[in-house]
Amino acid sequence: MIRLCRVLLLLALLLPSAARAQTEDPFTGLASDNFDTVAAAVGALATSGNPRAEAIIAALQNDALYFADGGKFYIKNGDDDFVDARTGAKAPGINEDDLTSVSVNNAVRRAIEGAMGNLNLFSANRATRLKAAGEVFKTRDPAALPALDRALAKEQDGEVKQALRQAQAAALLARPDATDADKIAAIAVLRDRGDLAASGVLASLGAQSPAVAAAAATAAAAIARMQEMWSLAQSVFYGLSLGSVLLLAAAGLAITFGVMGVINMAHGEMVMLGAYTTFVVQQVIRAHAPGLFGASLFFAVPLAFLVSGAAGVLIERCMIRFLYGRPLETLLATWGLSLVLQQLVRSVFGASNRDVGTPAWMSGATQWGGLTITWNRLTIIVFAFLVLAALMAALRFTSLGLRMRAVTQNRRMAAAMGIRTPWIDALTFGLGSGVAGMAGVALSQIDNVSPNLGQGYIIDSFMVVVFGGVGNLWGTVVSALTLGVVNKFLEPVAGAVLGKIVVLVLLILFIQRRPRGLFPLKGRAVEA
Amino acid sequence: MSRASTLICLVAVLGGALLLAALNLGTAPESAAHVPTYVVSLVGKYLCFAILALAVDLVWGFAGILSLGHAAFFALGGYAMGMYLMRQIGTRGVYGNAVLPDFMVFLNWKALPWYWMGFDNALFMLLMAVAVPGLLALVFGWLAFRSRVSGVYLSIITQALTYALLLAFFRNDMGFGGNNGLTDFKDMFGLPLSTESTRVGLLLATAALLCACLLITRYLVTSRFGRVLIAVRDTESRTRFLGYRPEHYKLFVFVVSAIMAGIGGALYVPQVGIINPSEFAPANSIEAVIWVAVGGRGTLVGAILGAVLVNAGKTYFTGALPELWLFALGALFILVTLLLPGGIMGLLSRARKAPKAAAVREPAE
Repeated sequence: MIRLCRVLLLLALLLPSAARAQTEDPFTGLASDNFDTVAAAVGALATSGNPRAEAIIAALQNDALYFADGGKFYIKNGDDDFVDARTGAKAPGINEDDLTSVSVNNAVRRAIEGAMGNLNLFSANRATRLKAAGEVFKTRDPAALPALDRALAKEQDGEVKQALRQAQAAALLARPDATDADKIAAIAVLRDRGDLAASGVLASLGAQSPAVAAAAATAAAAIARMQEMWSLAQSVFYGLSLGSVLLLAAAGLAITFGVMGVINMAHGEMVMLGAYTTFVVQQVIRAHAPGLFGASLFFAVPLAFLVSGAAGVLIERCMIRFLYGRPLETLLATWGLSLVLQQLVRSVFGASNRDVGTPAWMSGATQWGGLTITWNRLTIIVFAFLVLAALMAALRFTSLGLRMRAVTQNRRMAAAMGIRTPWIDALTFGLGSGVAGMAGVALSQIDNVSPNLGQGYIIDSFMVVVFGGVGNLWGTVVSALTLGVVNKFLEPVAGAVLGKIVVLVLLILFIQRRPRGLFPLKGRAVEA
Repeated sequence: MSRASTLICLVAVLGGALLLAALNLGTAPESAAHVPTYVVSLVGKYLCFAILALAVDLVWGFAGILSLGHAAFFALGGYAMGMYLMRQIGTRGVYGNAVLPDFMVFLNWKALPWYWMGFDNALFMLLMAVAVPGLLALVFGWLAFRSRVSGVYLSIITQALTYALLLAFFRNDMGFGGNNGLTDFKDMFGLPLSTESTRVGLLLATAALLCACLLITRYLVTSRFGRVLIAVRDTESRTRFLGYRPEHYKLFVFVVSAIMAGIGGALYVPQVGIINPSEFAPANSIEAVIWVAVGGRGTLVGAILGAVLVNAGKTYFTGALPELWLFALGALFILVTLLLPGGIMGLLSRARKAPKAAAVREPAE
């Protein structure tokens, strides 16, 4: 009890003028007919540490707090159901007619809301405490300082503690009579927080002593630098995300165009087929096994590979094999094919965008320092590299991959060794198309699934392959990521569209300088 | 490419245009022989596309440069004409501003951008309609041919070029009307665009310019220059070793072709009444290539034939069976390249040679 009194005394000293006029018992103030006194009493009660404070203030908020002569307070829970406000014990036999309601106005309501915020600082729920600390940081109410002090003393959780300290710093800076040393310490806390809200607090400091102003200025500069670093990192992340999308779209092309030399303008449509496969898989799962929806993409990836791969083999057998050695004709015929495929999908699925859902584990985002990382983007980055690794492994370690490399390096010699080159051609083309189909699964998560899906990627994909150097998967990786990052860095400077144009023009100029890309193949095979 | 087919083509184009003109202006609207004005403009549009096809055939058929960006030159010529036509609207626009086109008033622009200066002058516009595509082709071609970018790589970067222009012209702050492009034209060279006689005049002018382009390209490809060009197309390195500079030949023909495409575009805009960024779409350039392939690559006359036939087919299909048009166009691409490498002209010349060959062979049996 002595300790409580001491705390209350301390509080009374710290609290602003209205509260300071209060006696140590906040309850007397509640019975006042002066609203300012009531408001002050609410504040005092909230910071008093009284375990009943929350219930009492909540009752006040609901107009359920009454007082009787002799300083007795009651909370009305229902008709003829009163409890003693101070103890929480049942109070039978109370007649409502003998009681007076504690009335509130807007000023009191504000005090109540502020008080509730402070109360939450002591909540048993960690998330509530964090949120309450954030609230105080936002309001910067010096009146909350005592509550913060006590909350800090009690707090065990590191993250909440940090939030409380930051709230304390912000509130302290708003207090007119804080010492310079305190203020400089508070500024240091804010500098460590280092986000826009912190620099907002620093910016709104107003006139300060030179030492404080200097500390605030250096802290603001430090925060600005920090923010720049984070936004740089964020740009890199967005760039990697865009690059991984480009990589996915271009990886298949790196096989068909890069390795086989077949220019397939219908490559984008292979991507589109993959996206529509995802749509169909999800429709089936929704209809028959809704519980499996979270795993729908795991079914869609191999299926999309098979669908697009089969389409690729079919195209190679029926069309492209008649056009080997005539790249310009191949270009025209596959362009025609892309038109047919688009119209086919439009006839079957309709021209409008189809709704492909995102599984719960891929939605949402996480905050890592100043970085916002969305799960679907992160998943696609990982997926792109997995696909690429699988592709490289397939080319490097499987017998089919060995044959593929043999055929592309020296077709006649490979044939002489007994490799059925026509079949290898068909399977290589199918592999490239299948990879495009898997890219379609990923793209269905971030882009509109419409018959035109593939069209948007075809020019970019060719640019990636040409930039990276034909016939070189590593070149494709480097060029996709470079283009993605450069694009995202240009965007804030030049705007999204202009940035893209600048990249295209740079690429056109680059191809003039190095017609064979970043990592050209060397040796005799190139000249053939 | 023979003299006879060129002659037939010239007669058909000029005669057809004159016939349409006579049937439109010379007959009463209720008469059965009357040709409505929209048909006149439609045919005018086909002939503009034929000029573009001729330009594509010149570079693809004779220099082996498969440009997938020729519609960009076409559209640039079109924009030059569109800017002139915009300036001619004057105070008749929605906002009644004497200097600024409507979309600039709408965007709150206060003064005309510098690159719009001079476009109220018809001669300046005509100069720009050929100079802008020509200059772009000169710079682009010089860069590309000098570093020996060829084949598919060249095709892809020409496509990237037109794609970049497409994105650029979509932007409102480029000052070319953004998404909506330029439209609502009132008159041209002081003649109202809505009257029949102006429409017929445009058709005749297009037909005449198409014939002129045909004659020029024919002269080019049958001259000594044309022979070197064909040599470059077939074996570029051998031609180089013989002491020629293939890049100079390619550059020259690329610029001529771009200028022709620009002329086609400039004639196209007043006849369709609008120019917008979708003209830059890569698909348009590729479609122009297929007109040439259908007619017969490297035959000039075939390019004109292909452009008119495919576009007439497009008009019919998109009206009667809109969902089938892309199937038909796609199938056309595939079938022509797989089964009909010489196009219609190739088919015709084979048909003409076949009886003769049979006649020669018969006695031997």
